[in-house]
Amino acid sequence: MPELSHDFEHAAVKALGNQQLRTNFRRVMTGLMNKRAAQFPDPDELQALRSRGKSIKDRALAKLPDLLVQLEQNLIANGIQVHWAESVDEGNRIILDILRKANAKSLIKGKSMVSEEMHFNHFLEENNIRALESDLGEYIIQLAGEGPSHIVMPAIHKNKGEIGKLFQEKIDGQGYTDDPDELTAAARRVLRQMFANADAGFSGVNFAAADTGSLVLMSNEGNGRMSTHLPSMHIALMGIEKVIERLEDVGPLISLACRSATGQPITTYVNVISGPRKAGEKDGPKEVHLVILDNGRTRIYDDPQLREGLRCIRCAACMNHCPVYTRIGGHAYQYTYPGPIGEILNPQMQGIEKAGDVLHASSLCGRCAEVCPVKIPLVDLIVRLRRESIRPSADAVKGGGSRKSGMENVIWFGWKTMYANPLFYRWGTWWLRKIGNLMPAGLPLLKQWTSVRSKPQFASRSIYDLARERGIRDE
Amino acid sequence: MSNARSAILERLRKAPKKPVPDLAPWSPYKTTTEQPLDRFRRLMGAVKGEIIDTKRADLAETLRKVLADKQAKNLLYAPNTEIGRTIDAAWATEPGPQLVAYDKPMEELKSLMINDIDAGITSTMGAIADTGSLIVWPSAEEPRLMSLVPPIHIAVLEASKMYDSFSEAVGKLGWNKKPPGNTLLISGPSKTADIEGILCFGVHGPKQLVIILITD
Amino acid sequence: MPMSKNPLPGRPDTVYYFPTCLVDLFYPEAGMAGIELLKRAGTTVVMPGQQSCCGQPARNCGYYEEARSVARAQLAAFPKNWPIVVPSGSCAGMMKTHYPELFKGMPELPQVQAFCDRVFELTWFLVHVMDIKLVDKGEPVRVTWHGSCHSMREMGVVEEPKDLLRSLSNVTLVEADYEKECCGFGGTFSVRLPEISAAMVTDKVNNIVATGATQVVSGDMGCMMNISGAMKKAKAPVKGRHIAEFLLERIGRGDA
Ligand code: SF4
Repeated sequence: MPELSHDFEHAAVKALGNQQLRTNFRRVMTGLMNKRAAQFPDPDELQALRSRGKSIKDRALAKLPDLLVQLEQNLIANGIQVHWAESVDEGNRIILDILRKANAKSLIKGKSMVSEEMHFNHFLEENNIRALESDLGEYIIQLAGEGPSHIVMPAIHKNKGEIGKLFQEKIDGQGYTDDPDELTAAARRVLRQMFANADAGFSGVNFAAADTGSLVLMSNEGNGRMSTHLPSMHIALMGIEKVIERLEDVGPLISLACRSATGQPITTYVNVISGPRKAGEKDGPKEVHLVILDNGRTRIYDDPQLREGLRCIRCAACMNHCPVYTRIGGHAYQYTYPGPIGEILNPQMQGIEKAGDVLHASSLCGRCAEVCPVKIPLVDLIVRLRRESIRPSADAVKGGGSRKSGMENVIWFGWKTMYANPLFYRWGTWWLRKIGNLMPAGLPLLKQWTSVRSKPQFASRSIYDLARERGIRDE
Repeated sequence: MSNARSAILERLRKAPKKPVPDLAPWSPYKTTTEQPLDRFRRLMGAVKGEIIDTKRADLAETLRKVLADKQAKNLLYAPNTEIGRTIDAAWATEPGPQLVAYDKPMEELKSLMINDIDAGITSTMGAIADTGSLIVWPSAEEPRLMSLVPPIHIAVLEASKMYDSFSEAVGKLGWNKKPPGNTLLISGPSKTADIEGILCFGVHGPKQLVIILITD
Repeated sequence: MPMSKNPLPGRPDTVYYFPTCLVDLFYPEAGMAGIELLKRAGTTVVMPGQQSCCGQPARNCGYYEEARSVARAQLAAFPKNWPIVVPSGSCAGMMKTHYPELFKGMPELPQVQAFCDRVFELTWFLVHVMDIKLVDKGEPVRVTWHGSCHSMREMGVVEEPKDLLRSLSNVTLVEADYEKECCGFGGTFSVRLPEISAAMVTDKVNNIVATGATQVVSGDMGCMMNISGAMKKAKAPVKGRHIAEFLLERIGRGDA
């Protein structure tokens, strides 16, 4: 039997014990929820926009192979070089080759969750290329040697005091301050020099428009622009699901993403890249590359229901609104993506045997699906993957069936036997009423329940008895 | 072509087909009660973009005031543009802060730009009322970095070039025909909330965005 | 005139009642109160003895086959074409929105769909179908509301129960912070990840206590079992009630 990972619960319990962390997350996520709500005063407008967003992405997914080809053709026509990678290793390898060919020793990075999937920084370091994150949040966690705890605000688990100490320790000549403006200025100073000197720039992609062959990047800080305008080479990385049909469709998608993510109408910069520096132009990268990564996405695509998860535009609204995420933060989820979208993607990308335990990190309250700007039925997908983890349908998910448990099977068989048969139900509940209240609170399940709750009391009479007595018809 | 490409495309083509849905009905933002320019002002103001109204003939004087106000010692400008020529003419009669022309490849100007320039001035293609955004299309004459690297970005906007929405701008500007290598929406100065969710301005891009609005 | 949301031709003479297994086992009086309200609103209530549980626990854990077996028993228990009223948004949500998924691709799907269309949450039914009017006979009281996640998000029941509470002249309804956030019950979630569930219900209780209400009312006994249990353990001065029981008490149990 393969060994299962149960790290999620340990990490979550540890996070719950960290009061500072919980306060930080609660405060910031509440702020984000309120700001989002303020952006959508008109529920009809919100629903129309969500439907539009969903249909844009669904159209793109329905035509995905053709659109990728069209995108590639237009990118090449625009002078952008296109590369394809099936796996994380291949993706890393391709980028390393590009860098080596250009003799590049350093890389300045804009934000890219896909590069987190690839453990890209680590890979480059191993190959003696320095990769420096330039998004402030990413820069902070890179200095701290940590991973992101949120897909939009990666360093949100740290407070300004911790960041102050980190900067004092890691940045030459930097004294201690916990003033966010001063900390931001310090990062600006360091990173400006890096932008100027780095051999290559790197970025993710928010949307790729097939009709014009354009890569669309959103950023507030301007680091996305710095990374893609200043160095003489720009390498962009995206998952296959980022392509959409038309540049024009970027409008509603940006609106959905920004308003859902941080409650702003739009990010400060929307950077549309449709080619490298042309003859006569004075700046811009001389080479632009796009790496298109699969890493399990075609497998997700292969299942019509699971495919819905590929609509994701990485806005983070689902985690901002998740009552579990808000309490434990992002690190407990172990793999690249935290929160509800992580519960869907991590088990599919890493395999259920490795990352399946997060499937239970949800009370199925449905808030994520309610706010998701592209209407991904996150809860239904979580339940579907729970099913795959115990009773796999043919080859749908890596590690399907690896969470089968004989014990659970027995429990659910017993449950079914009792509840599917009216006679057994009457009989079983009669016994529960008789002896249920005698069960000691230390029994498994009851023990967990009574940690913060009193023991529930079985009623002495069944509602069916009471009803008969009071003249309610049974037919 | 690589194996990865054909393998990926083949897997996608073999996957179950789903019908291509129609785009769900939705119409881009249209100004109704609030005038487009008013909305633009409101949204730009909310993200700390400053707007200064002026007449076409007073552009250079207004620019002088802005530079004095912001205590800018120098200005990165594009000499071969209408704005550039206006500035050159005005500065010829009465010199102002030092002018730095972006007239050679970035490599030759990089260190100066990164370290010593206070302000940069660019034109715009117009603005979008819906989101309060400037449309900026860098070009050979007016390169990408002018609106990015200097701590103060001064953008000249003609009030007549207001679009309701991005969709409208895409159509009217022919953005989806053959777009230049880099096109931008800019909605305020650079900002971040990465430290405890607290808003700070001027992370990597400009700390200040000043819009000179030509009203005639 | 606001458009009627009633999908039925009018007020039905007879309705089925699905009290849920949780109510049967732990809170039969809350279930009886729901029956009483329906009767007072002018309909005959029939409660088939052949029913048991909606099957949600198994479905949520991915045990579709077991859930389907149990669902089949419910489909058989309500043969007539009467509406099925459920004093729980969560169980109603399971039957209405998830049964079709359990029977996807099976010959009985059309029948299942017809069954789903008959399922209603109690307060929604009282408001939109029965157009119930309540006359408050109780002492002044301050209460707060907890809406269950599935009731709100699967059944679309958000304002109906609160409107009923607001229609009572002596009841002051105060909103708790994070009112629409999950209480941490989530069925098996509460015992699978007990620490997270505990953190959630503890926050929920604190927010409820902070309202100064003496009672917290809900339309789902699952949430209520969780919240009341935590309040009791924490010795919080707030009592948890099912909305049916609360309403019935306000309008007077005795008079029909
Ligand atoms: S799943 Fe939906 S809400 Fe979550 S990040 Fe993706 S788009 Fe946003």
